[in-house]
Amino acid sequence: MYKYDQYDQTIVDERVAQFRDQTRRFLAGELSEDEFRPLRLQNGLYVQKHAPMLRVAIPYGLLSTRQLRMLAAIARKYDRGYAHFTTRQNIQYNWPRLEEVPDILADLASVEMHAIQTSGNCIRNTTSDQFAGIAHDELIDPRPYAELIRQWSTFHPEFAYLPRKFKIAVNGAMEDRAGTLFHDIGVHAVRGEDGNTGEVGFRILVGGGLGRTPILGHVIREYLPREHLFTYLDAILRVYNRFGRRDNMYKARIKILVKELGLARFSAEVDAQWANLKDGPSTLTQTEIDRVAAFFIDPIYETIADVNADFEKHQLENKAFARWVTRNVFGHKKPGYAAVTLSLKKTGVAPGDATDAQLDAVADLADQYSFGEIRVSHEQNLILADVKKADLFAVWQQARQIGFATPNIGLLTDIIACPGGDFCSLANAKSIPVAEAIQRRFDDLDYLFDIGDIAINISGCMNACGHHHVGHIGILGVDKHGAEFYQVTIGGSQGLEAALGKVIGPSFAQDEMADVVEKLIKTYIALRFEDEDFLDTAKRIGLEPFKASVYGKKSGHSSSELANV
Amino acid sequence: MSSIAYIIRDGAVVADAWTLIPAAKDGAAVALPPGKLIVPLNVWLAQRDALLERQQALGIWLDSNQAPAELADAINRFALIAVNFPKFTDGRGYSIAALLRSGYGFKGELRAIGDVLRDQLFYLQRVGFNAFAVRADKDIHDALTALNDFSEAYQGAIDRPLPLFRRRSTMASAS
Repeated sequence: MYKYDQYDQTIVDERVAQFRDQTRRFLAGELSEDEFRPLRLQNGLYVQKHAPMLRVAIPYGLLSTRQLRMLAAIARKYDRGYAHFTTRQNIQYNWPRLEEVPDILADLASVEMHAIQTSGNCIRNTTSDQFAGIAHDELIDPRPYAELIRQWSTFHPEFAYLPRKFKIAVNGAMEDRAGTLFHDIGVHAVRGEDGNTGEVGFRILVGGGLGRTPILGHVIREYLPREHLFTYLDAILRVYNRFGRRDNMYKARIKILVKELGLARFSAEVDAQWANLKDGPSTLTQTEIDRVAAFFIDPIYETIADVNADFEKHQLENKAFARWVTRNVFGHKKPGYAAVTLSLKKTGVAPGDATDAQLDAVADLADQYSFGEIRVSHEQNLILADVKKADLFAVWQQARQIGFATPNIGLLTDIIACPGGDFCSLANAKSIPVAEAIQRRFDDLDYLFDIGDIAINISGCMNACGHHHVGHIGILGVDKHGAEFYQVTIGGSQGLEAALGKVIGPSFAQDEMADVVEKLIKTYIALRFEDEDFLDTAKRIGLEPFKASVYGKKSGHSSSELANV
Repeated sequence: MSSIAYIIRDGAVVADAWTLIPAAKDGAAVALPPGKLIVPLNVWLAQRDALLERQQALGIWLDSNQAPAELADAINRFALIAVNFPKFTDGRGYSIAALLRSGYGFKGELRAIGDVLRDQLFYLQRVGFNAFAVRADKDIHDALTALNDFSEAYQGAIDRPLPLFRRRSTMASAS
């Protein structure tokens, strides 16, 4: 992974000193609340319901064990012994004290970490595929480009006060595990104009996003030669910075500008700006690409057989292990290796939460079995990317001891959820109790496996941190006359065939939600063809049978076809 | 006489000899007092000939929703261009400054005016401002120190066009 040199280290150290002084001046009354707000937000610090919340950047989700242990130590020293992994591969602390945040940032800087631009109206942490570098379907390793974008965006002086937040995701695989269609800018690493042959370059998408107005990104450039990456991004950002709406925060994202101008006009504006910047000093060099790429070379894999007899035997003998392998083990490009997803979705624990002891234990696992690295997925789970198949049984046993071996990756209980109304001051409604009620309702593992792949995504408000629009079943907290209600969508999906879910009807009270999900699932089970998954079934049968199952005759359709449910 | 106003220019606190003419609905109706003036765009557009006949160094200011293109043909007539920040969180002025410097090649004094505060000075300097009219209720000497908040920066900008990666590689090959 990327290692700081003296320059990177100086930059984060100077940031700590700057924020320490800003915090001092705020506490001394020299900075007003309004003056301090953007400064603290650009250091990841929100003021929340109970205490400040600090969001720490995990660039493209990659962590060393040294860094993970520091995250655990921070949870212990400055917080209440736990932290929360977010849907953008970051980590949040819910209980730090404002006066101590500069010290936390200093501790982070000591392990090459920071909280820079994890909030605020600026370019946010760059995200990518959690299986980057090891995925069997990878065309180009996106991590060097994600790191280059991290550096370009860090303290970019022109774009620190944008109309609204700005998120960039990079993908280099056949499947899109980075959600690039739902980012302000999506970057696809490709080879040549046809995507397969020739020099590495980028397909650039612009104007995607979830939130209040979910829109899929548009391709603004089919093939951008890689040396032009920064100048082209500069051109897009400059157009957005100058012309994005600032009168209404709900219409301030770049997706609204692209929509209002139309892609053709927006693209022409970008080209006009690019003409000033193209081939200028910010043109990316091969030397720099090579320098950064050298940090992302493969670890020293052993040359081993792809099939491991012990591993096969354990699966035959131990049903629980076999189940875990089915759900939590992901194919690896190297024979004899696999990637393991540690589930942070155990029933009864808020999705994405981990204690300091669990984080330390994961660091131990990674040191012992996976070259000392961990990845964070936007589904809020942790990944050991390079585990020998021969070690999987041992990893499973140890993961079970820390409660991270729930065999539910991609299953119904692997729920994506924002912190919601329990913590977040923006939320209309709680997310965590809804997730837990659903997890408790579906506690039969055989049934969960029978239901198969399904994504339930829960957001506590329109800001869509829980990505509810792209859940196969999406749940959105809404405020109804001061009470917490939940709107349900069906048919959303992420990936290359990304789609936005459709609202099924009036919203539900919190205590109805487990029943509602159960009825939707029963409808699916009754109407699916053999191995057809939820999403395909929903596409085929449409919303009506689902509506009928939860609203009865109110939807105006007979539910007789569900008689055998 | 009113008290002397101070600004930061080229890294030092100096007395300011310019008079800022505030925005006016009708640019043609604004009287031009003697001395070095920084006029709003519509005064320039309405009284261009009169301003050029004054035999005085001329300044103009743009608001954050105005385009540098409005000045394009006359850019070198101005000794000073100021860019207004109605609120410090309105970031349009950063792109306006970068465009004035790199797109239009403006070499004169580029001054940030309006809600100009210490904690934005470093970025303002990077995009091409060399002068800062720090908000009057703030300590300008305190603000001055912010120009040195960082000794390094990743990306190229107006103050240092070569990004770190281009300097890094020369440093590496030199060593």
